[in-house]
Order: sequence, then structure tokens, then C-alpha cells
Amino acid sequence: MERDGSRHKAFTRRMALLGGGQLSLAALLIGRMYYLQVLESDQYKMLAEENRISMRLLAPPRGLVLDRFGQELASNRRNYRVVLIAEQTKGVSETLDRLARIIPINSHQRSRVLREVKRKRPFVPIKVAENLTWEQFARVNVQLPDLPGVQPDVGEGRYYPMGIETAHIVGYVSSVSEADLTGDPLLELPGFRIGKNGIEKVYDESLRGKAGNSRVEVNAYGRVIRELARQDGQSGDDVVLTIDTDLQEKISRRLADESAAAVVMDIHQGEILAMVSSPSYDPNAFNLGMSTKAWQSLIQHPRKPLINKAIAGQYPPGSTFKMIVALAALEAGIAGPDHRVFCSGVIKLGNSKFHCWRHRYGGHGWVDMKQSIAQSCDIYFYDLARRLGVDRMAAMARRFGLGESFGIELAGEMDGLVPSKDWKLAVTGVPWQLGETLITGIGQAYLLATPLQLAVMTARLANGGMAVRPRLSRRLDGGKSVDDGAGSTTEDGQNKENGAQKSDAAAQPIGVSAANLKVITDAMSDVVNGARGTARKYRLDKELGTKMAGKTGTAQVRRITKAERKAGGKLSKETPWKERDHALFTAFAPVGAPRYATVVVVEHGGSGSYAAKLTKDIMTEVLRGNPLGRAAVNMDGGGHRKKRKI
Amino acid sequence: MGRQIELTLLQKLVQINWILILLISLIAGVGFAMLYSAANGHINPWASRQMIRFSAGLGLMLLIALIDVRAWLRHAYVIYAAALLLLVAVEVMGVVGMGARRWVDLGLFQLQPSEVMKLALVLALARFYHGLPLEEIGQMRWLVVPAGLILIPVALVMRQPDLGTAILLLATATAILLLAGVRMWKFAVALGAILLSIPLAWRFMLHGYQKDRVLTYLNPERDPLGAGYHIMQSKIALGSGGLFGKGFMQGTQSHLAFLPERQTDFIFTMLAEEFGLVGCLGLLSLYMLVIAYGYAIAMRSRNQFGRLLAGGVMTTFFLYVFINMAMVMGLIPVVGVPLPLVSYGGTSMMSLLIGFGLVLSVYVHRDAIISRRPSHGD
Repeated sequence: MERDGSRHKAFTRRMALLGGGQLSLAALLIGRMYYLQVLESDQYKMLAEENRISMRLLAPPRGLVLDRFGQELASNRRNYRVVLIAEQTKGVSETLDRLARIIPINSHQRSRVLREVKRKRPFVPIKVAENLTWEQFARVNVQLPDLPGVQPDVGEGRYYPMGIETAHIVGYVSSVSEADLTGDPLLELPGFRIGKNGIEKVYDESLRGKAGNSRVEVNAYGRVIRELARQDGQSGDDVVLTIDTDLQEKISRRLADESAAAVVMDIHQGEILAMVSSPSYDPNAFNLGMSTKAWQSLIQHPRKPLINKAIAGQYPPGSTFKMIVALAALEAGIAGPDHRVFCSGVIKLGNSKFHCWRHRYGGHGWVDMKQSIAQSCDIYFYDLARRLGVDRMAAMARRFGLGESFGIELAGEMDGLVPSKDWKLAVTGVPWQLGETLITGIGQAYLLATPLQLAVMTARLANGGMAVRPRLSRRLDGGKSVDDGAGSTTEDGQNKENGAQKSDAAAQPIGVSAANLKVITDAMSDVVNGARGTARKYRLDKELGTKMAGKTGTAQVRRITKAERKAGGKLSKETPWKERDHALFTAFAPVGAPRYATVVVVEHGGSGSYAAKLTKDIMTEVLRGNPLGRAAVNMDGGGHRKKRKI
Repeated sequence: MGRQIELTLLQKLVQINWILILLISLIAGVGFAMLYSAANGHINPWASRQMIRFSAGLGLMLLIALIDVRAWLRHAYVIYAAALLLLVAVEVMGVVGMGARRWVDLGLFQLQPSEVMKLALVLALARFYHGLPLEEIGQMRWLVVPAGLILIPVALVMRQPDLGTAILLLATATAILLLAGVRMWKFAVALGAILLSIPLAWRFMLHGYQKDRVLTYLNPERDPLGAGYHIMQSKIALGSGGLFGKGFMQGTQSHLAFLPERQTDFIFTMLAEEFGLVGCLGLLSLYMLVIAYGYAIAMRSRNQFGRLLAGGVMTTFFLYVFINMAMVMGLIPVVGVPLPLVSYGGTSMMSLLIGFGLVLSVYVHRDAIISRRPSHGD
């Protein structure tokens, strides 16, 4: 008893100690609860909300690209895809392994996903696969419970119904690259496409639209439990082009075998009705993802299908430049229409000989101005050029749109080149040579022009000397019409913001005399319709009841050697394709009341008459279809274009 | 020499501390409610089974309460030996589950010997110190036996590996030694030895995942998607509960599955999210009441065995509560210790109720005076 009593006392003392220790531990727990649930509660409440609520961006439907009659050139199609949210997976590569058993995932896709996982924030969905078939898509959906972090997704894919025929104009969209990221969260959406070329690129921002968003409650696996709030975005604006798809298609087919460019333009409004560059490429391939091999073959193709030759191809204008020289002479008062020059086929300047293309037939004999244009006499223009000097020719060339880019709504437009004395000295350090003036007079030397510039030049000659500027779209992103020039002053502000299209103020007169212009256009008519015109074989068929005017051009790719000149022919079957001359033909129609201007440039096409032959077919289609005579899509913004909800 | 008090069955039933049973049932009731919520408002699969287990455990508890505390004294070493044997059996032929070997398959059911050992160790130590006079406790040679009794099972449990149970065993044993009157400086020495051995244990004894847990505890943001995820989410759930909670079955963290293991180890977090600080304090108060009752029973007992037994069991219970709550609140590393009577799980429920049965047996037989040498004195 005694002993147990002492043990009991000892026990009780120790019990008090233990109990006290436990009470202090309990106090620690309570202190922690107070800290977490009272002091830090707000922060944890916020974190819990962040856990629970997920903001989902809603990609707006991309605006359509339509031709002048409302036909779709770029539209949207359903695209079944699978995305992955890194922070919700139990290991990205493990998840990819599982997914690979359901849908095909190649090593390239795999490494891209792993790369993006590192780069992007962990809650941003990353595209794993797209353009799945419905069966593949359904299989992923069924297995979803075993694939945390994987989300099926139906997006919109871009589709180009015309494909290769409008590729150079419409361009294409492709995956957003790192360099494209601007902070617009839309660009971080998986599978989002951004315009990479053509209209798709230039009008990307207005086509893109505004992102909507949806606040959803999600569970730990990212499954959406319910939607809490939703803000609809705004679909992208449609872009209406000046293009007539029908005409575009026909010209594309006609030029399919060539390395060529063609432009058809409204001479008064500057609207581009067709712009073809051949060969072309399939823009849909870019959207679906192109193999490296296919890409390599595209960029290594000798005829450069990716280049839009109509705006980026620069060629010596050759004899198509003679109108400018003649007009410059008329305006300068150096020569009248009756000015005559004797062509013996060759003239001498110092030690150099300058030939006419007809020198082997003994030249043209006596020619006046109209004849010199109709028969494309080189000697006549050597004479005019020598009298004018290069700077006066250059000034006139610039007034007609050569040597400048017009800010057409496409990327890659080139300036061409109009040389002057100052230019040569500045660039080469060597003074201008008189011989260079002479060959500038026949559109060679340093002169370079794009087919678009030649079309503008022809339009300005044909429209009575109005400084018309070319354009591809009929609607700016403000949604207002730019259908006629009168309204264009109101568009100036938007134009500046847009940046894609320079001011398109009503065409101003260039300031050349109508009488002088008539000399030139009459001569151009004689090229086709005159008895000795260089393109007389390609006058329009009688049943069209109308005529076209034009000018051939044969642009030398290299110097003609003496041996070749003696042999008589520049072009023979043996000449390698790369060394053949470019064939050019600028035209307008109908003669008398012109509306359309065309340019055809065939790279290494041999001679201008070949381009004239193609132009005859093209102009025939233009006049038959008469796109300017038909009502274009309603431009008032209402009917056709509907704001689609997303 | 002692007065022998023999009670009839009816007397014993009257003697049972029914208030303690009421408190235990209240805590279990909180558990049912939370399991109902964890299943998104369904009684299945958790709440229903937990109720059945609790009912069965309650019966077993009463049965044990009625068995004379002297019988427990007499068989303490046998039970300990059996538990030790089972632990060895686990080592030799245990069932591997969740990466650790903790269960032994007995055909009818799977037994977790470490759970048995928690009680067996308390029984064995209580018996040892019951038979040891206060004067002899101080002698070094009498520390050898309890040290063996403690360290052998602890080592076996560590090998499974089950760090949580090993710590629990060690802490409980320490408490019993403390209550038995072992000198304080010896604890200081032992504590020093433990602190010194931590670096060695880190190098040679802890498994990779155990190290991970400790590292994650030290810095939960170390790997927020991996090991630290649980504790981050648990803290978010707790903190977002605030003062009054989000309401029954309204916990977003729990119900949207951000909270892992919400029906087992992290059930306190769910309670905290849904009932806030008020709910937490309520449950903690219930636990503290139960512990206070248990300790009162221990102090009331007129035999050292009963005192140490009840004190030891209640200390284990306290440790369960403390370790689990401290773990979910991010105070200590994650160790797999359930919240007693609330977490879903049959084994711990059974061993806890058996423990309470022993405490009640101590209470029922509180006036029994047992000599230090029962085998001879009886």
C-alpha cells in the first residue's frame, strides 16, 4: 500500500507533466488553425477559387475571305483535336504514351508537345493532335477518365475552297510561332492559326476577331463541372476582295504550265480582278501541317511557286516601256507624233553598235511615232532616249507608277527600279553612260518593273492619265465600303490604322495632255489591230465585237553575243529555258472605251508575241465575263455579313 | 496483500463509464457525417461500412471492458509475444500493399500486426513497470528490458517500412516510461541520442519516399505538382474554410477532388473546409474531453498496471489526433496516421476501440489492488 501510494503520487505528478505537454501541443494546433483559418484565410480562399475556377478562352470564328461576288475563298471547317493541360496530367510523357495507344502520335508531335510544355504556363492547353477523324476523336472521348489532363476539343480549321488558284492572293494561316506572340492570349490557344501570307496575313487582326471567355468550375482533373459565366467574343470581320474567282480560275488554268504572272485590273478604280502567279501551291497543305519533304520541294522548285510573281517578280519591261519614252518625248516637246527616224537595223554610238530587233531584215525603214510603237522599232527609241536623257524618262516612268510599291494588301510587294543618273552614281560610283540611256529607251538596262506596276502603267495610259492605284480588297476592317473613290476621304483614318492599304484617294490626274495620250493609245491599238503590229496575229476574235490594244515586250535575260546575232536567231529550241527572254504583253480593252487593263509576263517565254497570244485568251475571258458589268456583293454591310455568335 | 473485489457482470456493466462511450460515439458520428459528405451525399461506400465497423467495435470494446484487468496483466507478455511473432511473420511472408509490407494474411482477414503491437507494447510495458518498485526504476539494468521491449518492434516496423507507426510506438513507450517514473535526465539523454542519430538515419534508414516527405514538409512548394501537392491543397482547403466553413457538403476543395485522400488521412481537412474554425475546435474539444476522461480513469485506478495501461492507451490516442491534425495543417511531414474514430478504415477503428475497451476495463476494475507479483500474490 505504502509503496503503491508513492508510485501513485509519482504517476500523478508525471501525469500532470504529460497532460501539460499535451495541452501545449493542443494549443499549438489551435494556434495553427487560427493562423490558417483566420489570419491567412483570405489568401487561401483566393487560392481555392483559383483552383476551382478556370478561365477558358473562346476562340472567335475567323472572318471569311470572299471574292467580289461573295464567293468564299477562305472559310472555316470543323477540326477535331486533342489538347493537353500539363498541370493536370500525371506526367506529360506518360500521358502521351497512353494517348499514343489510342491515336497516332509520331515522335515529331511528341517532341513538340514536350517542348511546348516547358515553354508555356502549366495551365495553358497544348495541342497534341488535330484533324482527327471522327472515329479517333470518339475513341479519345471514351477513354477520357483514364487520361487526366487530356481534353478533346472541336476547333475550326481554315479551308480554302479554291486552293491553288487563289493561294497567292488569299495566302494561308499556320501555327503561331514564338515570334508571333504579342501578348494576345488568343495566340496561346492550342491550334490557333495566324495569317502567314497574303490577305490572311495583312488582314489578320480584323479577320481574327475578339476572344470571348468562359468562367467554368473545374475539378482537380480539369473536368468542367459547370459554367459560371460566359462572355461571348466577336467573330472576325469578313474581307471582300476585288477578285473575280471565275476569271482568276480561268487565267490560272491558262497559265498552269508556265512560269508566269498575269494581272487584270479595273483601269478606273484600280480594283484587281485577277492576279495570277504560276506555278502556285496548295494553301490547305500549310494548314494541315506540311512534311519537311513537301516544304523542301516547294522552296527548291526552280519556278518558285511560293513567290507571287505578280508583285514580287521584277522584270525589265522591255518594249512595254516604249509608251513611257514616247509620251515623255511628246510632253517634253522634243518630238511630235510626226517625228520620223530611219531604221536601218543598227546605229553606232562611239564604238558601240545598237541594234533593232529587226536588224537582220534590214530594219524598219522610215517610221513615225505610232509606227515605231506598233512595230516596236528600237532605233526610233534610241533616238528619243538620246534626246530625252535618262532623267526625263525616269520622271515620266514614275508618274505612271513604275519604281514604287503601291501598298497592295499583300506581303512582299517589290518596288521595281527606275534608274537615274544620281541613282547610278550613288549605287555604283560610276557615272551614267550614254549607251545606258539608249537601252533604257527600250526598257532594258537597269529598269525593272513588276507585272502589277506594268498593269498600273497601262491602266493610267488607258484611263486618260489618272493616277489610279491598285487594290485587292473592297472592304476595310471598319466595315465600310470603299466601293467608289468619292467616299474614300472618310476612310483615311482607318487606312492609317490598318496600315495594310495606303490611302486610296480618288485618282488624281497625272497631268499629261489628252492629245498626247491619244497618240500613245492609238499606237497601242495598232500593235494589235494594225497591219504591221507586232501582235497583229492576236487581235480579238470578231464575234466579241470589240478590240484590244496592247504592247509586246521582250526582255533580255542576258546580253546577246555577236555570234548569236550573226546566227540570226536569239531563240532556238536549243536555248536553255533559263536563258530565254521574258515575254511581256500589256493590254487594255475595249479600244475606245477602255475598262480593263491586263499584263501577262511569261518568264523565259521567248518573245512578247507569246505573251500576246496568252493575253488574247485572257482578254477574251475578261470581256465575256465582264466582271465590272455585273453587280458585286452588297457592300452596305448588312445582308451578307452576319455577326456570328460563338 | 490486497483487498480482492469481485464484481458481478451487472455490477461491471453499471461501472462502465458510459459518458466516455457517449463521447467516443459522438466523435464517430462526426466521422459518419464527413464520410457521407466525402461520398457527395451518399451513405455508400464509406459511411455505411464505417457504421457497421463501429458497431462491431463497440461490442468488442464492451466485451473487453468486462474482462478483469488482472487477466490482461497476466497475459500481457503473451499478447506482446504474439504481436512480435506477427511482426516477424509480416517480415517473412507479409502482403505487399502500397509499396510497403504491413499486412499478414490470416486467411479470413488481413491483419496489420503493427496495429496489434501498439496495444501489446502498452500492455507489456505496463506489466513490466507494475512489477518494478519505484526504487529499482532508477537502476540502469532495469532499463535494458523495456529498451528491448520497445526497440525490437520499432525496428521491425521501421523495416516494413512504416515510419508513422514506429514514431507512434516510440512516443507512446516514452510516455509510459515517463509515467512510470523514469528519471527525467534519462529522457534528456535519449532525446540527445535521437537528435544525434537523425543524420545517420537520414543516410542509412530512411527510404527515398520518406526523405521526399520530409523535404516536401520543409518546403511544400518544392514540387507543387508532386509530393507537395497534397499538403498545399490541404492548407488551401483548411484556410479557405475560414471561421464558419463553406457549409456541409459545400467544400469545393474536397468535392472537386483537389483534396487527396479526403475520406482517410485528410478527412480533418474536409471538416475544416466545410465547418471552419468552429468545427475544428468542436472536434478538438471532443478529443480533449475523451483524453481528459481517459487520464482521469488512469489516475483513479488503484493499481499501477491500470494506471500505466490507461495512460499509455490515451497517449496513443492523443498522438493519433495530434500527428494527424499537425500533418494536414502542414506542421509536420506527411505520415500515414489516420484521424482516430473519424477516418475511414477498419483496422485502426478496431484497434482504437479495443484500446478503449482496455481503458474501460481499467475503470471497471479501478479499485482492484494488485500485488507486484500477481502470479504469486493471487
